[in-house]
Amino acid sequence: MNERVQLEVPATSLDDSHDEDELLRAVEEHGVGFKVTFTLLGMVILFCWAIFGRQLLRGLGVTGLNQPVSWGFYIVNFVFFIGISHAGTLISAILRLTQAEWRRPITRMAEIITVVVLAIGGLHPVLDLGRPDRMLNIFTSGRLQSPLLWDVCSISAYFMASTVYLFLPMIPDIALLRDRGARPHWFYAFLSWGWQGTPRQHAVLERAIAILMILVIPIAISVHTVISYIFAMTLQPGWHSTIFGPYFVVGAIFSGIAALMVVMIVLRRVFHLERFLKPIHFDHLAKLLLVMSLLWFYFTFCEYITAFFGNEPSEMRVFFYKFSGGFAPYFWGMVACNFLIPVVLLAFRRFRTIPGILFASIAVVIGMWLERLNIVIPSLANPRLPYPTGFYVPSLVEWAIFIGAFASFILGYAIFSRFFPLISVWEIKEGKKHSLAATSERVRGYLPDPLPQKVIGGESS
Amino acid sequence: MARWGMVIDLDRCTGCAACMAACHQENNIATAGPEEARDASRVFQWMRMLKEVSGEGADVRVRFMPQPCFNCDNPPCVRVCPVHATYLSPDGIVGQVYGRCIGCRYCMVACPYGAKVFNWLDPEWPGDLKRRANPDVSLRPRGVVEKCTFCHHRIIRAREAARLSGRELEDGDVTTACAESCPAKAIVFGDLAEAGSRVSRLARGPRAFRLHDDLGTEPKVIYLAEKK
Repeated sequence: MNERVQLEVPATSLDDSHDEDELLRAVEEHGVGFKVTFTLLGMVILFCWAIFGRQLLRGLGVTGLNQPVSWGFYIVNFVFFIGISHAGTLISAILRLTQAEWRRPITRMAEIITVVVLAIGGLHPVLDLGRPDRMLNIFTSGRLQSPLLWDVCSISAYFMASTVYLFLPMIPDIALLRDRGARPHWFYAFLSWGWQGTPRQHAVLERAIAILMILVIPIAISVHTVISYIFAMTLQPGWHSTIFGPYFVVGAIFSGIAALMVVMIVLRRVFHLERFLKPIHFDHLAKLLLVMSLLWFYFTFCEYITAFFGNEPSEMRVFFYKFSGGFAPYFWGMVACNFLIPVVLLAFRRFRTIPGILFASIAVVIGMWLERLNIVIPSLANPRLPYPTGFYVPSLVEWAIFIGAFASFILGYAIFSRFFPLISVWEIKEGKKHSLAATSERVRGYLPDPLPQKVIGGESS
Repeated sequence: MARWGMVIDLDRCTGCAACMAACHQENNIATAGPEEARDASRVFQWMRMLKEVSGEGADVRVRFMPQPCFNCDNPPCVRVCPVHATYLSPDGIVGQVYGRCIGCRYCMVACPYGAKVFNWLDPEWPGDLKRRANPDVSLRPRGVVEKCTFCHHRIIRAREAARLSGRELEDGDVTTACAESCPAKAIVFGDLAEAGSRVSRLARGPRAFRLHDDLGTEPKVIYLAEKK
């Protein structure tokens, strides 16, 4: 009666003795590669800070900012990096919540991006302050009515939540490293919080993760919504738009997935994770990226068509500045990178290979950066009143911070991979142990119930 | 309580920029130095001169519009400030607390008129300019936003003088540096709350209009349109 689908599973893949060694190798046998990377990136970052010193000594006048474009690269990068941060936690929370089994090797990598990038992005508004020495005024005389304060609250809440969300699922792995004698011992002993892997500890951990993954989703959405509010709450043409909140969130998740795939493809190569990050994982993520690309295009279309059709003079100046004016290369570059390239590459199975996905993802990361540029600069460059406008050209200091920010991201990731496994060992193990049974049980739950015997008998008579 | 405002008659304005120069002197506005002025156009003014050129050749027509901060009754800059560094005072002047401003420039970005300016660099005082600074107006450090105050120090001074002589402040007791210096008498300053004052009579006139009134910012600088 009850036909059971027996899943053919090759015995070797369920044997997990290799996994542990392989995944922990980067931590236990870190070679000269880490030291070289660390030194090089450290030098780049120090050099960038040295250039930035000019701004600390002379003031914001060393940047390309001026009237009327008084926000530039720092704010663009702030929005961009905080956008990337949605990769992580949000994706991993949603995948966990929907019990997507293919998430297991991906979640940790996504969560690391979030934490590293939030720290970098969150620093940018401080670099942008004319008086960074008075930064604490935000707390001593903060005005909660200001969208900037909403940002401070929401980003710090997100940073806290995502750090905890990264750390909690890492505890069993840290304990594993501690037990395997990874050095420094005190470091792993402290961070493992006395994890012994008892059933009670497992139950508590699962519960904590379950609470956090639900908590982190509204916080993440609030973060980019509130960042869009910084712009949307002003009366400026091109900014004062009701769809800015969701538009920013969509863009953030979009750029986040792209950044995640770039990171995954690079790390797969560097740490030889081909056995764990398989083409199927990229294929799933690529489809997600494709959906986000279409969604992004839809939002962009809505945003610009309403501005165009309304035909309000100050809106139109901004519109044509992007469409055919001085900003046209960046605008059309954005459309190409965010829509044309990813859709062509990801919609067809023939191009949806790992090199194709890498290319599309890099295009999206660049395109989303251009989008932030397209939002921040043109509205400021076209003020309502006839006042001499200047084309904003970032200075050396701003480029240095730009490069330094990217170097910091790579360095942050490198340091993390030196001390912690990039793929959750215990979750992979758990997947092997329970998932097959759990998934087939779940699928069986979806299938129609067998007819009760009695009814069949009644019909036949 | 007074509600300070200004009327600028565009029909009288010749675009001579005496108001800009007077404002610069009166309010200790820092100079940028020749290189910064030439290469980076980092010169800033509290009183700006907007220019509109129309027509070509012999028919070319240039219109001028002096523009101070409008000290809006519904100021978008005050709404966005994260640290209470800019505020609307009860007598209708949008003030800036230089000692508290963190220089985030959100107010500049939010102002639809671009009326606020920022100290991008250390203020420069060539020669003995610093010694000649107006003692009534504080000097601003680098990295803070500043703006037109409707010569607030003059209002305080006039109020003190009126109180000493035991009378109320009257129309014409206070005027701003820009209004005082205007050779064409295009700028009139006064109390908009007082129905009989010159400024409120002009503001009610048929030629009166406010810039971008549609934004709901309620500017307190009223322009008088040119006669046809």
